[in-house]
Amino acid sequence: MAKRLLIVLALFLLAMMFWEVAANYTERTALTPIATHYVAQGPDEVGAPNLVTAVVVTYRGLDTLGEVTVLFLSAVAVGLLLTMGGLDQKAEPPTPASEIVETAVQYLFPIVLLFGAYIFVNGHLSPGGGFQGGAVIASATLLLFLALPRSKLRHALLIITESLSGFGYVLVGVLGLVLAGGFLDNRVLPLGDYGRLFSAGAIPVIYTFIGLKVGAELSAVLERFKGEAS
Amino acid sequence: MDPMTLLTLLICAGILFGAVAAVSMGNVVSAVIAAGLTSLFAAVTYVILSAPDVAMTEASIGSGLSTAIFLYAINRTRRQEHEKDD
Repeated sequence: MAKRLLIVLALFLLAMMFWEVAANYTERTALTPIATHYVAQGPDEVGAPNLVTAVVVTYRGLDTLGEVTVLFLSAVAVGLLLTMGGLDQKAEPPTPASEIVETAVQYLFPIVLLFGAYIFVNGHLSPGGGFQGGAVIASATLLLFLALPRSKLRHALLIITESLSGFGYVLVGVLGLVLAGGFLDNRVLPLGDYGRLFSAGAIPVIYTFIGLKVGAELSAVLERFKGEAS
Repeated sequence: MDPMTLLTLLICAGILFGAVAAVSMGNVVSAVIAAGLTSLFAAVTYVILSAPDVAMTEASIGSGLSTAIFLYAINRTRRQEHEKDD
């Protein structure tokens, strides 16, 4: 009975919270001052047509570095926990996929990888960026695991890619401190022509590092969860 | 009501349906699939609300990778339960 009462009370409090949010909702008709600054000055200051990228990589670059760190820590924790337990050394043999799926995946895999690279290289021009591109690369790995459960990743390569890109990201940030306006300032490299692939300063470089790092981390996490398919 | 609003409402109903299904389903695998469906509908909503950057993340991580990781985890924990039973 007391438990029921508590549940009802919790629901009531939640409902009050949401009611407060919903009742006071009015549609914004103007941008907030800081958003106005981003929209008006963003193209000149950062040079990225995709304003979301300008905010994520440059104006709020430190937050992105934090996100990358969180992802790195969770990948390390997953690796540690799943290796420590010594789980499933003698896993059941996985059911093989049909020959059509296997063949199709062998052709699709490089194309999906290329698409992931396209997303993060064009992060400053079109929607998407390092995280999205990295996730697409990891889904290519997932496709490979689903079709060919016995496939293995080269761990040494993944670790080297991941550490070097993390190092490169921080290095670009520190270079910004020395050569430009501050940590992670993208004007380390010239801003270039607005809307071209090689423009927006260091943003394509940073997004390439993030994309490689996220792709390598998520692929490693997927492989850990898949386990040693015997 | 214009068709776009109707479509948006329909997709939002899909989000709610998926979330409730994920909580109430007895079978874990079906619940995981329902949670993935919720993310997929949410991704479509983000596209309609013109936030393609968020939509890409939601579609690839929310409905793709996390569903796969959950399924792998279920697979491994089940196998352990079997071993304990033996």
